[in-house]
Amino acid sequence: MNIQNKLGLAALATLFAAPAAAQEAVGLDDKINQAFADFTGPFVSFIFAPFPGTGFPWIVGWLVIAATVFTLYFAFVQLRFFSHAISLVKGDYSDPNDAGEVSHFQALATALSGTVGLGNIAGVAVAVGIGGPGATFWMIVAGLLGMASKFTECTLGVKYRNEYDDGTVSGGPMYYMSKGFNELGLPGGKILAVLFSIFCILGALGGGNMFQANQAHQQIAGITGDYPGWITGIVFAIIVFLVIVGGLKSIARVTEKVVPFMGVLYVAAALVIILMNADQIGWAFGQIFAGAFTGLGVAGGMVGALIQGFRRAAFSNEAGVGSAAIAHSAVRTKEPITEGFVSLLEPFIDTVVICTMTALVIIITQQLIVDPETGKYMLNEAGNAIATVDGNSGVSLTSAAFGSAFSWFPYVLAIAVVLFAFSTMISWSYYGLKAWTYLFGEGHVKELVFKIIFCIFVVIGAAANLGPVIDFSDAAIFAMAVVNVFALYFLMKVVRQELVSYAERLKSGEIRKFEH
Amino acid sequence: MTTKIVIGLDGTETGERAIAFAKDLAERIGACELLAVYVIEWSPFTFQTPEENALRHKRREEEVELATTRVVTPAVDALKAAGFQAQGIVRHGDVAETLNAITIENGGSQIVVGRSSADGFKKRLFGSSTQNLVMHADVPVTVVN
Repeated sequence: MNIQNKLGLAALATLFAAPAAAQEAVGLDDKINQAFADFTGPFVSFIFAPFPGTGFPWIVGWLVIAATVFTLYFAFVQLRFFSHAISLVKGDYSDPNDAGEVSHFQALATALSGTVGLGNIAGVAVAVGIGGPGATFWMIVAGLLGMASKFTECTLGVKYRNEYDDGTVSGGPMYYMSKGFNELGLPGGKILAVLFSIFCILGALGGGNMFQANQAHQQIAGITGDYPGWITGIVFAIIVFLVIVGGLKSIARVTEKVVPFMGVLYVAAALVIILMNADQIGWAFGQIFAGAFTGLGVAGGMVGALIQGFRRAAFSNEAGVGSAAIAHSAVRTKEPITEGFVSLLEPFIDTVVICTMTALVIIITQQLIVDPETGKYMLNEAGNAIATVDGNSGVSLTSAAFGSAFSWFPYVLAIAVVLFAFSTMISWSYYGLKAWTYLFGEGHVKELVFKIIFCIFVVIGAAANLGPVIDFSDAAIFAMAVVNVFALYFLMKVVRQELVSYAERLKSGEIRKFEH
Repeated sequence: MTTKIVIGLDGTETGERAIAFAKDLAERIGACELLAVYVIEWSPFTFQTPEENALRHKRREEEVELATTRVVTPAVDALKAAGFQAQGIVRHGDVAETLNAITIENGGSQIVVGRSSADGFKKRLFGSSTQNLVMHADVPVTVVN
């Protein structure tokens, strides 16, 4: 553990214990860390275990196979209803008398702000850095397939949500698991729902909170110079507290507005860089296609490219994880399936558009070093990734790629990462809360307990490099997918009934556009 | 045939002036129905947190209730007490677009509104709702100062 983290933990300890006990607490934290790692290690290893004889994590296979099954089962719904989804988001099918309710656009934007983030910036750089340009191809394939998973889970999220007398709603996988299984006369729905909720709370505190706080601190420290992480943690925790406990909506609103702006700015900057190098676009796509099937010398060859592409797409768009089903369930619509159509745009925007932009910029600005003699990519000294111009990887690789065209862009990127992290935390605080209230019941005090725990974890996440905890939290997010996809296989026939009925009524003209 | 006049209310004094003008107009015309309309400014293309989305339906009901009890019902009651045929409508949306849409739906022949009370930067940038209404309405619009 480095000095910074020791300082952070010590500071953290003083918050909760007598200052004189701080040093002892640091030692205690180390012990807790170790005990935690020992205790959770088998679970983390199990979730990220590779298929025997390969480096391919079975959980990624689980998500990709599910996405393929849903794609085939719903006969390529993501292609057939793509333009209809855009019409729905535009409001063409919205009844003017329902104006004032959550619109399809708002539900989509809210769900996107929970997924667009580090996965699109750092995750893609990792994928391309290790798997080469070919990883982009497999990432796009995974994104396109993932659209069917989102469609399935979000339709069910709206269909089986709870609507309370006071007009508020709660929805998500835990509700379709218990209510959906009950409706079909299947046993075990309640058990799946409880399991999902536990993993969701852990995922919310970890991947949706500590990991984000940690990365945000790294970005800020990268600009200002190193300083103790707990300072970032306390500031973030106070802001998160004001938003989720204090009900200070103005901060959330500002973030919710700035984040899409940052997203658009990011894509626009990427497009400008790509157009500035227009003569290389053909070459870049050539590299992507050639790399997808030959590997072009990357570690692991074609399979290496495929693993990285699939893995990073799954990490980025969360299709099949179940989180989006919670976000989308707030839409008030007579047709739950319309929200499914809208949600299938999410992996498209997140992965097919934004992730591809990042990958193209990294490839086109030639951050990856090619051996001039063989035309293949050179490996770094460790031999586990492609050598890059300045030895960058992760966020710094993306930053260097954008910075090679606009010297000021790394600063914008740093701000974007911090804001993306913050909006992801706000989104996950809600997902975690919904799982929490599912387990313990709705109520002001019960909700407050979770929110305060959430804020404490912001400080812990920013202050300490709790590797085992973060590993465990990431594993918890993917454990959500294990339970969720399992339930989706049983419930997908409900979605098909909805799809058939809706498609018939759309064709007959019973469902039609409104004059606006 | 009854002439329908739509009155755009905004809960301020300018709305009161619009009502007074519409009453005067209705007396001159004779067979006239007055529609008192309050549009709650809202766009389907804003960004919200998941929690705001979950509470949205409840908030909407509260907003409609508030606009109805505070602005529209008193206005309609006062119009009826003064011997006019009147009804009230509350809807969310872009003020100018929605006022025009309600007018068309109900066969209104003209719209009466008070001069916009919006000010400052937003008005300079986007123009006021009144300006937008005057520019884009499908029926004649009277703006009362």
